[in-house]
Amino acid sequence: MTTMHIDVLRSGEGRDGEYKVVEREHLPPWEEGASLAVVGKPIPRVEGAEKVTGRARYAYDVHLPAMLFCKVLRSPHAHARIKRVDSTKAEALSGVRGVLHSGNAPEVEWYRDSRLFDTTVHYVGDEVAAVVADNEEVAEDALRLIEVKYDVLPFVTDFTRALDAGAPKLREKGNVATEDGKPKVYERGDVESGLGQADVTIKEEFRTQAALHNCMEPHGCVAQWEAGHLTLWDSTQSIFDVREEVAKKLALPEHRVRVIKQYMGGGFGSKQVAWKHTVIAALLSRQTGRPVQLMLDREAENLAAGNRNPTRQRVTLGARRDGTLTAIAVKIEQSVGTYMVGGEGSNTPGIYQRLYRCPNVRTEQWPIHTNTGPAVAFRAPGYVEAAWALEQAVDMLARELKMDPIELRLKNYAETDQKREKPFTRGDGLRRCYEAASERFGWRLYRRDAQSGSKRRGIGMAAHEWGGSGYPPAYAWVKLNADGTADVVTGTQDIGTGTRTALTQIAAEELGLPLDKVALHLGDTAQGPYAPVSSGSATQPTLGPAVRAAAADAKRQLLEAAGTYLEVDPLKLRVQDDKVFVEGEAGHATTVEEVTQRIAPHMIQGHGGRGPNPTDKSIRTFGAQCAEVEVDTETGDVTVLRLVASHDCGRIVNPTMVDSQVVGGVTQGIGFALAEERILDHRRGVVMNANLEEYKVPTVRDVPPIEHARVDLPDTAANDTGAKGIGEPPLIPTAPAIANAIYDACGVRITRAPLTRARLLEALQRKDQPP
Amino acid sequence: MRTDGVHTERAITLHVNGSEYEALAEPRRTLLDTLRNELHLTGTKKVCDMGDCGACTVLVDGKAVYSCLTLAIECDKRPVATIEGLDDDGQLDAVQRAFVECDAFQCGFCTPGQVMSLRALLNEDRAPSDEEIERAVTGNLCRCGAYLNIIRAGKRAVELLAAEAVK
Repeated sequence: MTTMHIDVLRSGEGRDGEYKVVEREHLPPWEEGASLAVVGKPIPRVEGAEKVTGRARYAYDVHLPAMLFCKVLRSPHAHARIKRVDSTKAEALSGVRGVLHSGNAPEVEWYRDSRLFDTTVHYVGDEVAAVVADNEEVAEDALRLIEVKYDVLPFVTDFTRALDAGAPKLREKGNVATEDGKPKVYERGDVESGLGQADVTIKEEFRTQAALHNCMEPHGCVAQWEAGHLTLWDSTQSIFDVREEVAKKLALPEHRVRVIKQYMGGGFGSKQVAWKHTVIAALLSRQTGRPVQLMLDREAENLAAGNRNPTRQRVTLGARRDGTLTAIAVKIEQSVGTYMVGGEGSNTPGIYQRLYRCPNVRTEQWPIHTNTGPAVAFRAPGYVEAAWALEQAVDMLARELKMDPIELRLKNYAETDQKREKPFTRGDGLRRCYEAASERFGWRLYRRDAQSGSKRRGIGMAAHEWGGSGYPPAYAWVKLNADGTADVVTGTQDIGTGTRTALTQIAAEELGLPLDKVALHLGDTAQGPYAPVSSGSATQPTLGPAVRAAAADAKRQLLEAAGTYLEVDPLKLRVQDDKVFVEGEAGHATTVEEVTQRIAPHMIQGHGGRGPNPTDKSIRTFGAQCAEVEVDTETGDVTVLRLVASHDCGRIVNPTMVDSQVVGGVTQGIGFALAEERILDHRRGVVMNANLEEYKVPTVRDVPPIEHARVDLPDTAANDTGAKGIGEPPLIPTAPAIANAIYDACGVRITRAPLTRARLLEALQRKDQPP
Repeated sequence: MRTDGVHTERAITLHVNGSEYEALAEPRRTLLDTLRNELHLTGTKKVCDMGDCGACTVLVDGKAVYSCLTLAIECDKRPVATIEGLDDDGQLDAVQRAFVECDAFQCGFCTPGQVMSLRALLNEDRAPSDEEIERAVTGNLCRCGAYLNIIRAGKRAVELLAAEAVK
């Protein structure tokens, strides 16, 4: 059933054209309306008890005998050359076991053109030295005893000034962060002629802020280097990528590096590469012969562990009087920070290229270096930023044309992926989201209350598309135990999304076992087969089919064994709820346990791999959200009164988990819309709010009723489980839906995120007193 | 800060979840670090270490406190309750059961703090109002955005406690 061969991936996520070994599986898909016993059911999280009792062990909770604690000294300057580091006093402090810095650390290449401890620091927070000590207090004291002499250099932290003539250059070739110093351009049709055909043109400049992930568990790890073997308990979204990168940096063979991640306190994109802490902790563990814990503190987490790149987007839309889009053009500038981290890219132009049917599209993307912490993927990287601009511009167009915003969107509905020039696997996905969201919200029936005092109410909506297809390769194994229970093993990770639960459901469904007879094991490179990074909303559609294939392989062997002693053709045997029966015959012939007991101690082992995606179609996810807000025009207070979200993620494997993802994503979207912003002092290059006091993430008081209007559309052309991703999408349309609702309420357009009270009051004032 | 390598550790006795622990604590060491690093009770989480997020919430003398803002030496001989002491040998308590039932978490890192904040409220008042439930967790951040389910779980815990009382 499993055949190995070389295949060319044509529709993977950013891997087009690469050669990969793919295990091709041919299972009949679970069709729409198929009667499934476990998949589709609201099963509580399988690891729930561990999490509510505090027994779930995160990387931060790993405590090994004789473990040392590591702290990092960070640059106070936005740009400087390190002349000298003197760690003599620190090393002399009782309890200090080691110090690393540019003067004594091995030269390990990092961020393509820098080193683990470089002699040039490029932002406030850049790593300068690391101390390892018996306890945290001694490590902290020792940091203060390290003397560093800096030559301070000119810097630029504002990306809108970084391309000015005379701006300090971060790289010899300049501050444009592309190989050739030119922007990335995508073009189809001819925008000029498209604008020529337009009756109405919208031109607007939008800005989005740098947002900080602020995962509850910081980045960090425990490293144990023992007898030539390195074990890392790392808070990561990708155990296999960390293993590969760390092995490379330390010139170790991969089988000598083991990366473990059982539970993780949030990632949101920021934990998908091997960050410096992994190699620093490993080197210090080798040097001291003791395990080393290196967890970032909250300030470092806000300075040096990634951010959502701030953008400036100049958008032009052209449309005919009937609403037909004739041109979409955008110039995007985005700050990538000082270094290129890798991982999932920030695809800011993506949504402009695909969301609407339009023959003439031009996107121009300028990634720009600044002396700020490196940007890294943050839940729907690029799309959250771009939706803020595009979805407000489309709202402006609807108002200009006096059309309903949903009607305008339907007028420009894209049935095909215009970038790949292929039809979508489910071209009705977005339409169904528009219907479900607007109906649940009562969009068409909405009646504004009579205005009184300074309070104004209004409604707004926004849409999105996104990837979330899943892709090969990924693998899983299934072992059937003598007592009829199953162990499912895979090298993926559950970053808090519900992967453990949903994959257990897939395995139980295919095996015909009740859920409590299936245990899913993940998060250990030494125990499970390869699975890719948990990013791109791809884990469910990537691993689901692999787990299903492994379970099907085990089931086939189980039924062959049963067929032998039942003297029945195994192809006529079925298994459901633990029982093995002959198709069409009443009663069951045997049970799973009876079969496994008979063959014990021989063990049935199933192997499965993720098959390739279709080459003739494009797999995308879609969604739409409607929001109602109340604006106090005197105080600038914005209250989101309610929000309805509808997202096409293919088959819903577990409605409870999907509801939580949707509500959680919208909650982050409300934070992005109204409060979250990294504040930089551009004169000093310092982040002013690198903590959870002044960087405002939403609290329980900030969340309105959020409803998930489910559309459950099994996408059987995408893969044989019919499920697609839902991790990132719910965040994408929230902020523009709120901004559009605010315009509806009080007639001001806030183009700059976040939409703060000050910005709103200023805009209201401009409206009342036009120049 | 001391730079002479001399540490002024003090012997203290901590009463945690009904057990007695002898510990040596530097005056500046927080209850949070002592619980995690000395007693290896890692259910209490360290997130901000400055009283902004509530992930380190434990009960001291029955009241919810941020253990990152409480010094270990302040807790000498006072009863401390942490998430590890809540269940009865694997039997989840009402708040814990409600959290699982209502899917009141995703990554789970803020969960021990959320549960302890609600536990403190319910220890005082077994039938709090919805407003009081919300107020009890206003100091607990959840980056995954499980707030709506956390509130649902708080209300559900009240129901579960009422049902237990009837039995």
